[in-house]
Amino acid sequence: MTRERISKMQEKVNLIFSECDSMELLEQALKVEPQQILKMLLTSSLRGRGGAGFLTSLKWKFASEADGNRKFVVANADEGEPGTFKDREILDKVPCKVLAGMAICAHTIGAREGYIYLRGEYNYMKKSLQQKLDEFNDKIKNMLDFTISIKSGSGAYVCGEETALIESMEGKRGEPRNKPPYPVTEGYLGFPTVVNNVETLVYVAMIMKHGAAHFASLGTEKSKGAKVFSVSGDTPIPGIYELEMGMNLAEFVELFGDGDTKAVQVGGASGFCVPRRKFAETIIGFEGIPTGGSMMLFNSSRSMYNVLHNYLEFFCEESCGQCTPCRVGCQQLRNGIEAVKQRKLPPSHLDVLSKMTRTMKIASKCGLGQSVPNSFNSIVTSFKEEIIY
Amino acid sequence: MKKMKLYIDNNEVEVMEGTTILEAAQGLNITIPTLCHHEDLCIAGNCRVCVVEVEGSEMLSAACATPVSTGMRIKTNSLKVRDSRRTIIDMLLSEHAGECVTCQRSGNCELQTLAVLYGSPDNHLMDISIKTEPDRSSSSIIKDDSKCIKCQRCVRTCQEIQKIGALTMSGKGEHAKVSTFFELPLNTVVCTNCGQCVIRCPTGALVERTYIDEVWDVIGNSDVHTVVQTAPAVRVGLGEALGHDAGGRFTGQMVSALRKLGFDAVFDTNFTADLTIIEEGSELLNRLTNVIKGSGEALLPMFTSCSPGWIKFIEHQFPHLLGHLSTCKSPQQMFGALAKTRWSEKAQIEPEKISSISIMPCTAKKFEAARPEMNDSGYRDVDYVLTTRELAKMIKQAGIDFDKLDESECDSLLGKHSGAAVIFGATGGVMEAAIRTVYELVTGRPVPFENLNITAVRGMEGIREATLRIEGTVEKYNFLEGVELKVAVAHGLKNANAIMELVSQGSAPWHFVEVMACPGGCLSGGGQPIPTSPEIREARARAIYEEDESLPIRKSHENPEITRIYEEFLTDGPCGHKSHHLLHTHYTPRR
Ligand SMILES: Cc1cc2nc3c(=O)[nH]c(=O)nc-3n(C[C@H](O)[C@H](O)[C@H](O)COP(=O)(O)O)c2cc1C
Ligand code: SF4
Ligand code: SF4
Ligand code: SF4
Ligand code: SF4
Repeated sequence: MTRERISKMQEKVNLIFSECDSMELLEQALKVEPQQILKMLLTSSLRGRGGAGFLTSLKWKFASEADGNRKFVVANADEGEPGTFKDREILDKVPCKVLAGMAICAHTIGAREGYIYLRGEYNYMKKSLQQKLDEFNDKIKNMLDFTISIKSGSGAYVCGEETALIESMEGKRGEPRNKPPYPVTEGYLGFPTVVNNVETLVYVAMIMKHGAAHFASLGTEKSKGAKVFSVSGDTPIPGIYELEMGMNLAEFVELFGDGDTKAVQVGGASGFCVPRRKFAETIIGFEGIPTGGSMMLFNSSRSMYNVLHNYLEFFCEESCGQCTPCRVGCQQLRNGIEAVKQRKLPPSHLDVLSKMTRTMKIASKCGLGQSVPNSFNSIVTSFKEEIIY
Repeated sequence: MKKMKLYIDNNEVEVMEGTTILEAAQGLNITIPTLCHHEDLCIAGNCRVCVVEVEGSEMLSAACATPVSTGMRIKTNSLKVRDSRRTIIDMLLSEHAGECVTCQRSGNCELQTLAVLYGSPDNHLMDISIKTEPDRSSSSIIKDDSKCIKCQRCVRTCQEIQKIGALTMSGKGEHAKVSTFFELPLNTVVCTNCGQCVIRCPTGALVERTYIDEVWDVIGNSDVHTVVQTAPAVRVGLGEALGHDAGGRFTGQMVSALRKLGFDAVFDTNFTADLTIIEEGSELLNRLTNVIKGSGEALLPMFTSCSPGWIKFIEHQFPHLLGHLSTCKSPQQMFGALAKTRWSEKAQIEPEKISSISIMPCTAKKFEAARPEMNDSGYRDVDYVLTTRELAKMIKQAGIDFDKLDESECDSLLGKHSGAAVIFGATGGVMEAAIRTVYELVTGRPVPFENLNITAVRGMEGIREATLRIEGTVEKYNFLEGVELKVAVAHGLKNANAIMELVSQGSAPWHFVEVMACPGGCLSGGGQPIPTSPEIREARARAIYEEDESLPIRKSHENPEITRIYEEFLTDGPCGHKSHHLLHTHYTPRR
């Protein structure tokens, strides 16, 4: 039953993985004036699918207006957020649509060089991807002065952050930069650079194919269009699903839960944990909780202490370690819940930590440190007993 | 460049586009605390201590790293800012295995200052510090990771100013740390011991290796005769470590203080700086003779050899060019060799009873003194090297009221010096001193510059060049008639590197090149008072040139004790047999 319902919902959308001739699509798209493309993206309200949700039209507009002898398009395929594996699937199934999206971006902003920043762990697909790339580069030669190459990531989560990604591409240590300047004005090698998530780029291609209105007709007022979700955890049907934006968590759990779902972690380790009593009021989207795609379900057999501890362990390792609030904050949080659990510190220490997260959130240098408090505070608020006892 | 108007704590200010919030605030005399920021280095923005509130944004901004924009309204002291500032400092302290009571930087530690001013009276964060054994392998520098706050100033210094890269960040997250190549001990890597990282480290994580106790021991031992020398830059730095502003000169008080500390003979490295000019000038003329007359092999340009950080740099990075280095020892080492020979003879004290101590603006000199080849007197030429900072500490330990001291003069024999020697302490000084002497040797006339000031080689430009046409030569140097002597001066190893690349390619046009490892020269060496900044370096340089002008003798060859040493001791003359044995050295290719 539910499987059928899910299939129906997916069919209604079916943009990312649909069959389509990328070359033909691209040929048509390149006939459209850059200004017109920017307008279409604006109408579509497409926002980045990498997590931060920045308006794609705006990002491209900035990059197209920026001065630079060279400009770059980078597809962010670092996909390090625990619980996401949708970019891998996209690159595996519809690589040409990603490449088409990159070419459309190049045409719009005036870039001649593009890179796919491929997560270190995805190196196994590098060879086949390179093959596709070679064919693609060859085919578009007469249409557009644009070549794409692959850069391999180093396996660090933080390198998914766009400025750390750029540092890493430049052969440096993957540490996020100060912003401003943003990559759209000073990115790779100091030149204007658009960094987009793999999925975002495919949606651009689909908007060019089906029109902005079609995309905007999906989803809700604030969260238009669709999104690819990576569903994992305590679910009978883990996997990748493309669904309309804007459903609430109660609906989501009804479809994907195992009947005993006590919480959903929306947006991976850097996202929020929503307890059962808040499912109905929580919308998946920009009006509620936005997500890069990771949806992790937990049933009542799970210890939320372990869940949180896992996340914090992850952040202690994966923070780049350059800035104080994140480097020290992550360790304080992990060591702190351990100490409370082991009764070395009183439960009130959780309040000390919570107060500390205010600073992590507003004073960390990049999105990693800024978002660690999300999971900590949401889990500690809803599952305090599990953390303490 | 546009002008931009903005408001900081309700004060209106207009600044140029590209100015940071921190700079704009400084213009209004508003203090924003910082830690990772350093005027000499690129912006890091990683400690986050300088965060401020920008109206309209929930996130705080790092003042050091955020350019201003028109109409910005900034709060540097709001509740939110104070809360985060305090939390960040508490966080730093929670991972800091600090022991202020024993720490070398206590009293002059930026972390300590901020902790006292802004930290919580009761820090509720857990102690997550990890005490590790410091790396004490280097004879110059001690690296104590447990006191490191990961501001990366040292990394940026070593990379940007020195272009060495001996220190890098390794590991991420909780494992992030400042590392040497493969975590090897500091004494086995490309580190030049210049100490530029030490004077830019805000904490006690990088400090000089100190020999104060050893020196007190020899001073206190009546069987040992202690001989002390002080480098030119010490006298213009010492005041800062004793509470004075940068730019003061304290030569006379320093000499009195050294006597009060109990040193038996108080001499001056400036004496051997003058001697260096005679030896190195002669070597240059020998090389020029060989090259121009074609009478033998000689490598040009010739490089100065007084900066031990520079020596180790070239041994590591350009070992094939070692032949270009002057074979002269540094003034410190020349002095050491003479202390245990000439002074020993004159004072009739056996050399084994002499302890030779030097006060240097430099950490690399500690390493230099320990080099195995530096024992031509038959003994270790220099037994202990103290930095300017260590001398200041000894003066304080001895309870000497420095400001009330009368001025006095060094002992004679190895104590007299010219102004030319004093300017060794500033970048370009060795070059200027050498030209004053060489030109006069060759032409019989003083250099044709007003007041002997060769301003072309002065200043803080990274690489400076000058050309001097030699005319009216004395007979012996007729072959130099009409030759345009081309010289260059570089300071900071990044600039040295640029010079060496040219020499390596064979496209260096110069005859003689002065290189100092430290930016500004010895006056901002790794052993000088902390902090350093462009203004401080300018002030110390001014003091050095004032000292030069204040002296009756301005040229090395006019120093009467120099004349005397060639008459009585180095009787076969400059670059002669005896001087070669005592005053010259050789170098070791490394790696
Ligand atoms: C710690 C961290 C990790 C990130 N990892 C990824 C990632 O793996 N993939 C991705 O597309 N964006 C990631 N982002 C977001 C990127 O910085 C950037 O916003 C995104 O690539 C922009 O593309 P979009 O506008 O298409 O979403 C990460 C951000 C942070 C702070
Ligand atoms: S927030 Fe964390 S990951 Fe981001 S710069 Fe700071 S330490 Fe690095
Ligand atoms: S580094 Fe500073 S704060 Fe730390 S022990 Fe030394 S003086 Fe104290
Ligand atoms: S002493 Fe000089 S060379 Fe050595 S690490 Fe410090 S800055 Fe680098
Ligand atoms: S050693 Fe000093 S300068 Fe280097 S990162 Fe640590 S605290 Fe900063």
